[in-house]
Amino acid sequence: MAATTIFKAMYDDDDLLMHAVKELRSKKYHIEEVYTPFPVHGLDKAMGLADTRIAITSFMYGCLGLAVAITMMNYIMIQDWPQDIGGKPSFSYLENMPAFVPIMFEMTVFFAAHLMVITFYLRSKMWPFKEAENPDVRTTDDKFLVEVQVKGDEEELKELLLDTGAIEVHVPKK
Amino acid sequence: MKYTFSNRLKIGSYIAMALGLIMLIAGFMTTPANVEEAKAMVAASHDDGHGGHGDEGAAAVGHGDTEAHGGAHGEGEHAAGGHDAAHDEHVYHQLKNRPWSALYVAAFFFFMISLGVLAFYAVQHAAQAGWSPLLFRIMEGITAYLVPGGIIVFVILVLSVLHFNHLFTWMDAEVVEHDELLQGKKGYLNPTFFLIRAAIFLGGWIAYRQVSRKLSLAHDSADDNSNFKKKFRWSAGFLVFYLVTESMMSWDWIMSLDPHWFSTLFGWYVFASMFVSGITVIAMITIYLKSKGYLEEVNDSHIHDLAKFMFGISIFWTYLWFSQFMLIWYANIPEEVTYFVTRIEHYKLPFFGMVVLNFIFPLLVLMNSDYKRVNWFVIMTGIVILFGHYLDVFNMVMPATVGENWHLGIPEIGGILFFAGLFIFIVFNALTKEELTPKRNPFLEESRQFHY
Repeated sequence: MAATTIFKAMYDDDDLLMHAVKELRSKKYHIEEVYTPFPVHGLDKAMGLADTRIAITSFMYGCLGLAVAITMMNYIMIQDWPQDIGGKPSFSYLENMPAFVPIMFEMTVFFAAHLMVITFYLRSKMWPFKEAENPDVRTTDDKFLVEVQVKGDEEELKELLLDTGAIEVHVPKK
Repeated sequence: MKYTFSNRLKIGSYIAMALGLIMLIAGFMTTPANVEEAKAMVAASHDDGHGGHGDEGAAAVGHGDTEAHGGAHGEGEHAAGGHDAAHDEHVYHQLKNRPWSALYVAAFFFFMISLGVLAFYAVQHAAQAGWSPLLFRIMEGITAYLVPGGIIVFVILVLSVLHFNHLFTWMDAEVVEHDELLQGKKGYLNPTFFLIRAAIFLGGWIAYRQVSRKLSLAHDSADDNSNFKKKFRWSAGFLVFYLVTESMMSWDWIMSLDPHWFSTLFGWYVFASMFVSGITVIAMITIYLKSKGYLEEVNDSHIHDLAKFMFGISIFWTYLWFSQFMLIWYANIPEEVTYFVTRIEHYKLPFFGMVVLNFIFPLLVLMNSDYKRVNWFVIMTGIVILFGHYLDVFNMVMPATVGENWHLGIPEIGGILFFAGLFIFIVFNALTKEELTPKRNPFLEESRQFHY
């Protein structure tokens, strides 16, 4: 099962990490995952990850929030208990719309923001009492860790990782 | 690399100016010579069911802007039988005002673009922005229009004071005599002080424009950063001056067209309009120059940033538009609400149409991050935004000056063509004067490397 052997290379600088990721990709190694203590700008592009689709979900959640706000205000203020808004007893949603716009806006933002965060957590497989998948706790402090799939000669990969500035390379025991 | 004004663009600007001038003159020639002609013109346009203004039902409601005309005549009721003399007189003045208003709206719109760019330019310096130095020469080119554009607006204001037109009803001594509210405002709203203020505003803005341009050019050949530091101080000072004077300018030049009405956030509202129009024009001219092979160092990230501003300030404009509308709508105080009653009754299409053009369209089109980097997309959106903000100025001015007798016809289009031609001619001419990229600026390298 040589194909699934994973090397773990530790770096202590984000510039070195970026450089190493580019180097590995240019040599056609498959990068399994990278763990960083903070978001590294441009790392997603360097790793060749597909663009995030969270913006699209955010737009859909926003539309949902808007729809909920309209339905809710229409039920509360117009149908269930018709209200005289601003001395204009028209009892029509459309004619009273300006008064509802702030609520429509707030609900749009509320839905978009909260549901987007929840989506992000679920998509990242994070929920309460979840065991950390992190292979090394130091990546939550100041170290960066790259998981690379071994391909071809193991020694060659190890050399390459050390050349790119890895402070340690963890090779799984056979 | 220096820019050379392409012949096609130059000839295009001449044609636009000539055509616009002819259409404006035609607009002035076709105004009615007396009350009788005005009556005939209105009757004719009613007969052929012209869609330009409200239908007969709306016209019968009464003229919402009678208030603005100082009560010099009675409540203009359309009795089923016919018009009373005061009303005919009123319509006559509105028709006389139309070409003047068309001229004023277009002159102010293009002037406002260069003023908005000047404010944006000052913000870049006061904030010591690192992304924008590559675009400074473009902004300076656009603000070159401030001088001729400002002088033209000033001349129109002087002509108003001299009673060549009746755009500003409060300038008419007879109206003020019969109007207690205007008498109360006389200390501020009188022709002499009005012109003195206009001269101070324009003088201050033009002075900053000239000083900042001079420092910017001097910095290219200097060997220290003293010009840069001076410019920072000038820009910060200018912004303070600008925010006060821009607000007062909007009261003077636009809000006083409806002299009984006031809105405390009107200055901000006009500012948002000029800011977004200005940034849009920076983006459009930058993309145009790039398409001609200039500005090689300006990359898609710069365009992306400008498009983000277009998106953001469009929403800021809507926020102010809605805040002004909602508070007045909610409170429903007769003195205030007339402003929106006139607009919703007689200007339904431009009034709500501009919200679509200035808010919903840019919101949906520019929301996607990738689209902000597609140059032709930014150009198309820019054209829509600019037209939307022309309509915004149109909606601010026309209801007070021509009332329900508005059209988007020959004088209006002529005004747009003439000032667009003049704007293009002056801006691109100014761009040929210097290198399109500053040679020295502490942030120049950051701007070159800028990427998102």
